[in-house]
Amino acid sequence: MAHDGIGAAVRRKEDRRFLTGRGQYIHDIRRPGEVHAVFLRSPHAHAAIQRIDTTTAAAAPGVVAVYTGQDLAAAKVGGVPCAWGIAGKDGKPMKEPPHPPLALGKVRYVGDTVAVVIAETVSAARDAVELIEVDYRILPSVVGVVEALRPGAPQLYDDVPNNLCCDWAIGDKATTEAAFAKADHIVKLDLVNNRLVPNAMETRAALAEYDPGSEDYTLYTASQLPHVARVLIGALMLGIPEHKFRVVAPDLGGGFGSKQVVYAEEAVVTWAAGKLCRPVRWICERGEAFMSDAQGRDHVSHAELALDGNGKFLGLKVSTLANIGGYISTFGPNIPTNLYGPLLAGPYTTPAIYCEVKVIFTNTVPTDAYRGAGRPEATYLLERVVDAAARQLGIDRVELRRRNLIGADAYPYQTPVLLNYDIGNHQQTLERGLALSKWNEFAARREESKARGKLRGIGMVTYLEACGLAPSRLAQQLGARGGLFESANIRVHPTGKVNVFTGAHSHGQGHETVFAQLVGDMLGLSVDQIEIVHGDTAKSPFGLGTYGSRSAAVGGAAIFKATGKVIAKGKKIAAALLEAAEVDVDFDAGRFTVTGTDRSKSFGEIAFAAYNPPDAYPLETLEPGLEETAFYDPLNFTFPGGCHVAEVEIDPETGALDLIGYACVDDIGTVLNPMIVEGQIHGGVVQGIGQAMFENCLYDAESGQLLTGSFMDYAMPRATDIPIILTETASTACLHNPIGVKGCGECGTIASPAAVINAVLDALSPYGIAHIEMPATPQRIWEAIAAAEGKRSA
Amino acid sequence: MRIALEVNGRPIDTEVSPNLLLVELLRDHLRLTGTHNGCDTSQCGACTVHLNGSSVKSCAMLAVEADGGCVLTIEGLAQGDQLHPMQQAFHEHHGLQCGFCTPGMVMSAVDLAQRQVNPSEAEIREWLEGNICRCTGYQNIVKAAAAGIAAMGAK
Repeated sequence: MAHDGIGAAVRRKEDRRFLTGRGQYIHDIRRPGEVHAVFLRSPHAHAAIQRIDTTTAAAAPGVVAVYTGQDLAAAKVGGVPCAWGIAGKDGKPMKEPPHPPLALGKVRYVGDTVAVVIAETVSAARDAVELIEVDYRILPSVVGVVEALRPGAPQLYDDVPNNLCCDWAIGDKATTEAAFAKADHIVKLDLVNNRLVPNAMETRAALAEYDPGSEDYTLYTASQLPHVARVLIGALMLGIPEHKFRVVAPDLGGGFGSKQVVYAEEAVVTWAAGKLCRPVRWICERGEAFMSDAQGRDHVSHAELALDGNGKFLGLKVSTLANIGGYISTFGPNIPTNLYGPLLAGPYTTPAIYCEVKVIFTNTVPTDAYRGAGRPEATYLLERVVDAAARQLGIDRVELRRRNLIGADAYPYQTPVLLNYDIGNHQQTLERGLALSKWNEFAARREESKARGKLRGIGMVTYLEACGLAPSRLAQQLGARGGLFESANIRVHPTGKVNVFTGAHSHGQGHETVFAQLVGDMLGLSVDQIEIVHGDTAKSPFGLGTYGSRSAAVGGAAIFKATGKVIAKGKKIAAALLEAAEVDVDFDAGRFTVTGTDRSKSFGEIAFAAYNPPDAYPLETLEPGLEETAFYDPLNFTFPGGCHVAEVEIDPETGALDLIGYACVDDIGTVLNPMIVEGQIHGGVVQGIGQAMFENCLYDAESGQLLTGSFMDYAMPRATDIPIILTETASTACLHNPIGVKGCGECGTIASPAAVINAVLDALSPYGIAHIEMPATPQRIWEAIAAAEGKRSA
Repeated sequence: MRIALEVNGRPIDTEVSPNLLLVELLRDHLRLTGTHNGCDTSQCGACTVHLNGSSVKSCAMLAVEADGGCVLTIEGLAQGDQLHPMQQAFHEHHGLQCGFCTPGMVMSAVDLAQRQVNPSEAEIREWLEGNICRCTGYQNIVKAAAAGIAAMGAK
């Protein structure tokens, strides 16, 4: 048997169905007798609904029902809940206005759900949506955070003064001010973290059905966390108890955080399925996705870094305005606060940090987790300000980082902003990143570009992120309204084949392979003897799902724990069958052996005995069967880190930007499957490159209209835009989880935006350009060059 | 309107409305759900199939335009249990993650193989510009396409 355990680049088990067109995405699921939902969405960013008349729509051919917010309110359907509440620096809870699944009284962004038509066909529903008459009184709208805070700004909610959801802070202000008071240098930077649209390739979808006989509901929905969705939609919104409500998240075409959010549409189709006693199917169109999938980022920040004469960081002050959109999304408030402020220490020894975040409502799509979720924003700011400091102080940027990185011998390391890092080696990843990118030979490459009339630049990031969400106790102190553990159930069948039921969800990450490697490695089985089952509340134990690079670190640890229990029980059975004491039974490579003897039983024999107990099986004291469940609550976050280097070339005549090289060394702990890890890093890096170079979600400042509402207006990275990405992994195994894993899903997205922009600014350094916003489009670059030349000639 | 065409070698003779898209015919009428619809604006390429041997975006053409033609979808690519060399290459080189863009990528890459014997990395990237992937960063897709094209040439 070829080695297919931990560390092997096992080809994915799930590939075959996807490669032959047999994946079962929600878009592919149909039910007999189904009807189709189409939502009426607000065409206005901010308006009062004065009247809705659905009479004509309801009478249109093929229409089964039309529902508005009033219908849901009459049925006592609850609002879309938030799973993570935060408190402001005054200790008071955030402002949490209700979020009705269909608008009541007001609409607050273009795309807000106003009504739903359910009809026999999609086209009948679409046609009827056009027939709903809504009288809107258009109100002034505001889409930017700076404008939303201004006196006299349009107010989204009567009881949320100044649109301020929460005024949050972390760190010690006085200590930080004191650090600044004794600083030799203070480096200041203002920057924007641009709003992004996640754009998983499969749009969201939901198909709900109700069985009037059993009174059971089933919802197939695009969810990264089906158990959480069941609680929020079932218990909190619709009053459907969990034992009567099954949520299935089958194959999903990507998630990236946008599908960890619970959305109005999922609840509405579930409710309608119950009311109509027919399956109700909804497929989001791409244009709708642009105006309804939770969006990411959208910060305006001011940062100040204090340094001593030797370039040691003394203190960091950050003030951020974070756009939370028109309503509070499921995890929205947590992203720009708990997942942002604590990350500002990064891999550095900065002793004093103070960060204030104003979380602000605007007339835009709600924001929530998007790959990296808060951590890319923190890393971008920190790595930009570090480069700015290097420029201002005239210290080489590599040297400046070397002076401030936490030493490999300094762990565990307590930062001034909450986190306690267990382990890392940032010096090593930095040096390897320099080698991989041929950093020291860059000058020659720059000359070569110069000879062709091009500007060449190189940029680096040394990052640290916190993932493996999350220790429940700590998370609850920070506002989580639930635990953040993960579950696993290992079911060994009489033939020794195994099903693993996990609460994590795979939507591209390859869990069906990686988790099988983990269990196979422990039980001495090959991956084809193990089947991973996920995404169905009727099958897996309660789990929290997949987000925050947690599946391997938390989900994998739960699987490890449950598998350990299987082995422990197997030892008991083996001891009885081999007439030995339990302590004398060893398990290795699939065999239970009495220590120091040749007496042994294979894993398969023990499994068979568990279900077909022979005479020697002590049924009086040992239950038959071989199936174990475990819940694992992490002791800490995990802290991947590393060094990313980007290299760019700019045509100064046109501003055209070409990313010509990218190299990264990531310390992600134990590598379970290097092929999958590499794929995760590639994908993450390119999403970050998208933010740095192409992607920008824009709203019209006057009307609040979404300006980037399709792939024709919103620039997704394409194959031609991306160079070969060189990847290496380093490993300081995580100390507090049993498999040593840290996580790899978000590293790339966290590190790459600053690496690219630092490279762009390096290329533009001959012009003295110290700042450019993302995305660094040719137009912005050209304008920056033109402005610098104008200044020079003036 | 009545149309007759061949889909994955199977003759289809069916009544369709004139505004039915080819992707809808495949997915909704023939239940060949391997062909995906990702964007509605013919930008993403998840719906790529072959019509008379050339790749087309099936969301950007009407079913009636395929009348009399031969359509090949991802479901028709493998020979029984034997994956097509391009499918095998995507598996071998981890050219897919969530799998949603994959059928379009594979069909597109197979068409490139039919047009060009030994395309460069840049040419492969250029060819795949009409197919968006959000998961892989394209690197392994490009690698898989190159390997698949080489394997197809070797056959």
